[in-house]
Order: sequence, then C-alpha cells, then structure tokens
Amino acid sequence: MAKVSMTVNGKAASGDVEGRTLLSSFLREQLGLTGTHVGCDTSQCGACVVHVDGKAVKACTMLAQEAEGAEVATIEGQANADGSLNTIQQAFQDHHGLQCGFCTPGMVMSAAALLKDNPKPTEAEIRDYLEGNLCRCTGYHNIVKAIMAASGQDVSSIAAE
Amino acid sequence: MPKDNGIGASPKRREDVRFLTGAGNYTDDINVHGQAHVHFLRADVAHATINSIDTSAAEAMPGVVKIFTGADFAEVGGIPCGWGVTDRHGNPQQEPRHPIIAHDTIRHVGEIVAAVVADTLEQARDAAEAIELDLGDKPAVVNMGAALADGSPKVHEDLTSNLCYDWVFGNPDDDAVQAAFDSAAHVTTLELVNNRLVANPMEPRVAIGDYSRATDEHTLYTTSQNPHVIRLLMCAFVLGLPEHKVRVIAPDVGGGFGSKIFHYAEEAFCTFAAKACGRAVKWTSTRAEAFISDAHGRDHVTKIELALDADNNFTALRTNTMANMGAYLSTFSTSVPSYLHGTLMAGNYKTPIVQVNVKTVFTNTVPVDAYRGAGRPEATYQLERVIDKAARELGADPVALRRQNFITEFPYETPVALTYDTGDYVATMDKLEQVADVAGFAARRAESEKNGKLRGFGVNCYIEACGIAPSNIVGMLGARAGLYDAATVRVNATGSISVMVGAHSHGQGHETSFPQVVADMIGIDESMVDIVHGDTGRVPFGMGTYGSRSIAVCGSAMVRATEKIIAKAKKIAAHLMEASDADIELKDGQFTVAGTDKSVAWGDVCLTAYVPHNYPLEELEPGLEETAFYDPANFTYPAGAYACEVEVDPDTGKVSIERFAAADDFGNIINPMIVDGQVHGGLGQGIGQALLENAAYDEDGQLLSASFMDYAMPRADDVPFYQVDHSCQTPCTHNPLGVKGCGEAGAIGSPPAVVNAVIDALQSGGKNVAHIDMPLSPARVWAAMNG
Repeated sequence: MAKVSMTVNGKAASGDVEGRTLLSSFLREQLGLTGTHVGCDTSQCGACVVHVDGKAVKACTMLAQEAEGAEVATIEGQANADGSLNTIQQAFQDHHGLQCGFCTPGMVMSAAALLKDNPKPTEAEIRDYLEGNLCRCTGYHNIVKAIMAASGQDVSSIAAE
Repeated sequence: MPKDNGIGASPKRREDVRFLTGAGNYTDDINVHGQAHVHFLRADVAHATINSIDTSAAEAMPGVVKIFTGADFAEVGGIPCGWGVTDRHGNPQQEPRHPIIAHDTIRHVGEIVAAVVADTLEQARDAAEAIELDLGDKPAVVNMGAALADGSPKVHEDLTSNLCYDWVFGNPDDDAVQAAFDSAAHVTTLELVNNRLVANPMEPRVAIGDYSRATDEHTLYTTSQNPHVIRLLMCAFVLGLPEHKVRVIAPDVGGGFGSKIFHYAEEAFCTFAAKACGRAVKWTSTRAEAFISDAHGRDHVTKIELALDADNNFTALRTNTMANMGAYLSTFSTSVPSYLHGTLMAGNYKTPIVQVNVKTVFTNTVPVDAYRGAGRPEATYQLERVIDKAARELGADPVALRRQNFITEFPYETPVALTYDTGDYVATMDKLEQVADVAGFAARRAESEKNGKLRGFGVNCYIEACGIAPSNIVGMLGARAGLYDAATVRVNATGSISVMVGAHSHGQGHETSFPQVVADMIGIDESMVDIVHGDTGRVPFGMGTYGSRSIAVCGSAMVRATEKIIAKAKKIAAHLMEASDADIELKDGQFTVAGTDKSVAWGDVCLTAYVPHNYPLEELEPGLEETAFYDPANFTYPAGAYACEVEVDPDTGKVSIERFAAADDFGNIINPMIVDGQVHGGLGQGIGQALLENAAYDEDGQLLSASFMDYAMPRADDVPFYQVDHSCQTPCTHNPLGVKGCGEAGAIGSPPAVVNAVIDALQSGGKNVAHIDMPLSPARVWAAMNG
C-alpha cells in the first residue's frame, strides 16, 4: 500500500492504494465518486473518461499512483457553482443526448475536452473524436447534435426533433 | 405549435439531471456494509467433464470467506425456462437442467465452475487462481448443422439429441404448400445467416445479495429489466424462498436491450451465498465476463422461398430455420425463434400461404435469448431480403413490388395467427419516399460515381408485434407467465401523486413520459406526478420492460388506475358541491358541476379524501389510491418503411452509411423526443448488426470476439444523422392510449435496408452479387465483389 494524494474537483483527496489500483477504482471506491463508470476492461468504452491536468484520460487505464499530485476533474465537478447544468450538460438534456445515462459521464467529459481544443467542431470532427466513447442507446445522433449545440452551432436543420 | 405539457409534448427528461451530474444510482454504485466480493471461476473450455475440483489451497488464501462449487447447489433448483414450445408432433421441447454452478459437466466457455467469496475482489481473484480443476475433455458441438447430424456428440447426455424442438407454424400441410410452389410463375430462394450478436448494454451486469437474520429477509440488488419476474423465478423455481421474504431492487440500470430480462445464475448465487456467508455478497461483471455469460442474440441459419404468380403477387412463403439455443435454455429462449419469429413471417404482405419450420439446437455456446426485437428482426430480415432478391430476378422495382403486395384492409388475419388491428403501409411508404428524398438519389449516385464510389439504395418494410398478450392465449402457446402489467396510483393528501409501475426504465425515459399521461388525464402539472419503479418492495407487481410493452401494457394499467382515481374523486367532488356524480366534470385540475359555476380544485378533493370530515363515509372509503392490472386483448402492431443509402469503396469493400430514413407508424405518441431517441438507438444497433457485429466461435467453442477489441461495436463515425418520421399514425384500436410501442422498430427494420442497399450498390457497379451475409465487413464485401 502506498499513499496517493491529488486534487479532485478542486479539493484535496488522498488515500492508501495498492500498486495495481486503477484511478477509476480510486475515484469510485475510495472517494465515492461513482459518476465515473467502468463499462469495459480494455479501454474501449470511454465511460470512465476524466480530466487529468486538463487532458481527457480513461481512468481505467491509469494507475491511481500515476495521478499523484495531479488535478483531476470528474463528472461530479462539472455543474455550475450554483448547481445548474453547465453548457455541455444542458445541451445533452436539451437534445436528448442520453438515455440510460451510463456512457454519459464519459461523453460529457470527452465533449468538454474536445470543445476546449476545438470550439466549433464539425459533425465529422465530433464523430471522429468520439471514437473512444461507446454508446449503445442513442445511435449517437443526439450526442453529436448536443455537442454541436453546446459549441454554439445552429442544429435546427439536423433531421428529427 | 408543439404542446409543452401532457400527452404529445416533449418535456426535457427529468432523469437526465442525475445522470449528467454523476448522481445516478447504478447497482455497482451500491455498497452494503460489510459486504464480501465474489469472483466466479469460469470454464475456459467449451465441453468437459469435471473429474474433481480441489479448493483446499484456495480456501487457505488471505481473505477467503467461502468457496462454492456445483455440489453446494445440488439441492437447489435449476434456472427455469419461461416458455414451453410444443413441437410439430405434439411433443414438449427437450429441456435440460440448467445449474447455478456446473456440477459434473462444463457445457460452454464462461459457465461458472466455482465461486470464491472473499473480503476483497482482489483476494477472491487471487484465490481462484489456486483452485485445481481436473477436467476430462469432451468434443465441443458448435455448428448447428453438425449438432443435428446423426452421431453428433451430445451437449446433454440425458437428452435424446441436440434438437430442442422441431416446430412448424402457419400452414402445416407440406403437400398443399408444395403445390403452391409447384404452380408458381416464379420462385425466389435465399439462404442466409442472421448473425449472432451480443447485446452489450454499456453497464455490465451486477448482483448484490444481502440477508437479514433479524427478519429472515433477502434483498437482491440487480441490473434487471423486470425485478418482479426475477423474484418470482428465483423464489419459485431456483431457491424455494417465499416471495414475501425476498425484495428485488433494480435501481438505475445502464441499458438492457433484452439481455437483462433473464434470470441469471449470478443473481441466485449472490442471494444464496449472502445467507450462507452471513454477509452481503457483491458481484460486478467485467466486460470479458459479460461476453461469455450474458445471453447472446439472433444466430439463425435460414432458407426462405417466396412464390409469385405471373403478375408478381406473392402466393406462398416457406422458411426453414435452425436457431441456436446455446448450451442451456435461457428464460425466454425457446419463444424467440418460435412465436416471436413465426408469427411475424407474413410481414406487411397478403401472402395467402405461409409455412415456418424451425429447429432449435443445443450447442456448446453461451445461451441465446431475446435481443432487441427478439425473433422479429430475424423474420423481417429474411422476408425483406427475399423480396428484394425476387424484385431483382424479376426486373421489378423493389418498392413497387412491395406496394403491390401490401395488406391494405384492416383488421387483417394473417396465415400465421395474428390479427393486425390497424395500419397503413401505403402511407408509411409514401412518407418514406419523401423523407428519404428518393427523387434525389440519381444525382447523389452520379456524384458518388464521380468520386469512384458505388452508391446503393435499399428499402424495406417491417411490422412488429409488441405487448405480447393476452395471457390466456400466450398460456395456450406455452408461456409460463402472464403478460399483463400493473400500476398503483397513490394520490397524497396534498394532491401530489406517486405512480408505482411494473415497467422498468433503463433508458426509455418512463420517469418523464409516464407522468405526462397521468398529469394530462387530471389536468395538473407534470411536476406533481412521480414514477416509482424497479423495486418489488415499493411496487405491488409488474412484468417489467421488454418487447416494446411499457407504454402499451403498463401505461394502459396506469390509465385504468387513474380512471379509477378520477371516478372516486368525482364522487368526493359531487359531495362537496352537493351535486350528482354524473354532473361532475374534470378539466385542468378543477372539478365543476356541468352548467353551473360551482367548482372545487383537485387539491381540495385530495385533502378531503384524507381528512374526511365533510365526506360520504357511509358510501365511500377515505383515501385516494387505486391499482389496476391490465391484460391486453391483442398485440400492438407498429409498422413502417426504412431506407438506407450506402457508398461502397470498390477497392476496399468498405461500406459507409450515407443516409438513413425511417417512416414509422407507432400509433399515438406520448413524447415525440423520446420516440425519436428510441428509433435512433435501434437504428444504431441494426446498422451495427448489418455492418460490424459478429459473435464468432471457433470449432472448439472458443468465442473469438470476446472483447470490445474484437467485437465491433458501432461508433459515432460508423453512423450518420438519421431522418426519422412518425407522422403516420394509425392508433391501436384496443388500448386506451392508442399506442403501439417504439423500442425495437429501429433494430428490426434496419438490417435488411442496409444489406439491400449494398447489393444495389454492387449491382450498379456491374458486380453480380445476389447476397452477402452480415456483417458486411470490408473483407466480405471485397470477397463478394471479387469472387
């Protein structure tokens, strides 16, 4: 066991972990931040995407100890200070970009990372960027639409309500 | 102007806020104080005898609480099959015992051989490594044709063969059917495979068993689409527990698509082990486990023949299908290739003679059961492919050939036992041609050709049967359960309402759409109505969510219970206003006496029901709570037409979906936004089946595509924006909302459109390709083009 310390959603967090403890396990089991989901064991599904020092990372693919001293952001810290949904979260609700909600935290965190680097992505750029985030419910239609809307683009001409 | 409240409106989903902020409560998010963890040692060979299991070294490992093997479950029942099919000779299906833990024989890779319960998951995994197994190799049976051949090794030694049942449906008279083919002007024959799939909801399965010695009560937290069904099956057939001592909770569930209907060994194990170990026992599936323990879907091999007369009218249809059951019969496995498939073989067409022949087969593979659509995609795929092939052989337009053979008068009795109550297939096809912009296809094809690509257009129709019922009829057909649903409407003293529903929402948005109905009926704001679901301790009863039944069956129960509430509330209002019950009207949450200006508000009536000071106590009980059970008179029949446009790269065989259009008739619609989303998701899965997904086994019974690295799930860049329309609406005639169900349409209706489009593209490029089996991977398409 080794002690690991990091900042999670702006607050100091620490705990004792085994060498094999994944960042996703540390967040879920030791910090109780169960919004970060684990949907596979091969780093394909992206339900566990968090930000580590500002970069989107699959938390199942990083050891907790590798995050020593890092700034970690999870879905629990994304809402506005008053508790209201942030722009991306609100766009997902407005455009029905989620159904069962399991992939959603990873989708929101990936979308945030994309829009930070590319504030007005095209449809193709969004679809390409989401290559590492699987959703089984939505057929991706409303996820792509929500991310375009969150970036301030007019989505009214995209098919269906 | 779109509505902003009630039936037909699209309010934002109330469940979204918790999911978008990480506050969802999925089963793996639950931890019970003092819980232990179980790791299942699973078979890594497909077929073997278990000569011995030595757990002594493992038991001595740190943290180990107890290790279970098949012997511990010798006195426990097997996992039941919920549907008994009678074969063509009147005999029952062959039904092997389905143990919780393999006892003396392993029958598929992934079957549980031992279960290690330890303080931590890591300790349980480490200890499992120390279990010594002595196995005797047996030959694996994987291919269905080989499994049915004389002399094949048997999956179950105590059965007579690997045949589960040999079933015929529709017209059983072989000679009469053959005569129809003999007299046909044209016969089109097609042999095809409906590829085996893995449902893969993004949330893997989880089960937590908890037991209270103080009350002798069990609690099972599980990722289920139907907690009451799990409680019933587990209590009555597996563990022999009284239902009132067992509570099953299915909290937020991260998708199901059928795979979370079934009662699984892990649920019974955790319930059993919690009492045996004296502490809660938790299991969370890895994705690797999910691939080899969640029931798979589809896996049919079919020959279909279509007879036409000289005017291109369909005169007869005959199918021969082998359907894989896997090693054991999962909960609804036997109903899928029989009644959920055979009854749909008429499709949207007035073919007078239909004969469906199905052999179901045991193999050394994971059990196969319902996956989104369940039998109906298999029926639709073969029918809509053979029609397209017939059109090509006859030089007919595929759309015109379909239109010519549409059923146009309703109600319509099919030759495969259904009565379609309503529909308008011409209208949905008209709408499709508009939405898909058929007129612009030639220009788009020319543009693709300029870019060196082949462009194809494919269309298909579909019909599905949702809300399986009535219970007495399905009972005669072999169902071992009722297929009604139930709802309790509990009005609180201050007028807010909790509706306890037997349906379970795992992505369908019931928490938003169900209150729309109740609020609309009473005329109050939706925020005053909440849905309670997923907990046998809070919901009286229910059969759960599958087969696109939630709004049609459970929603109808909710309407009936709300009608009872309104009827009682009117009596209270009549008393308060000193009027006759018959003169009371309810609108916008106000009770009025017809023809007067007297009124009393909803909230005042509710308060009076619970504070009955001025109340007709001699005639009416206090309180305002009503329950209804609703057993539908018939299935509902959503139908529609889908169109796909693809580009094929002739150099690589890579297919890309350029456009996909859907015109659906779902009857009346409660929440259009949610309906669109359901169709989108179904299309994504159907396109996945057509182009990407395949659960492939090798001849030794090893699943080759057993992770997301090998099993190609559809990704965002595999699919386009979809054009979805549901403006054609012929309301269901026999349920109070006129609704039909929309959950599976997309998955049922899309695979044939994709394949038809690819064939069209290849033929436009001069390639004489009549069929390619799904998934249409670049390798398969390239091989077909260059074959």
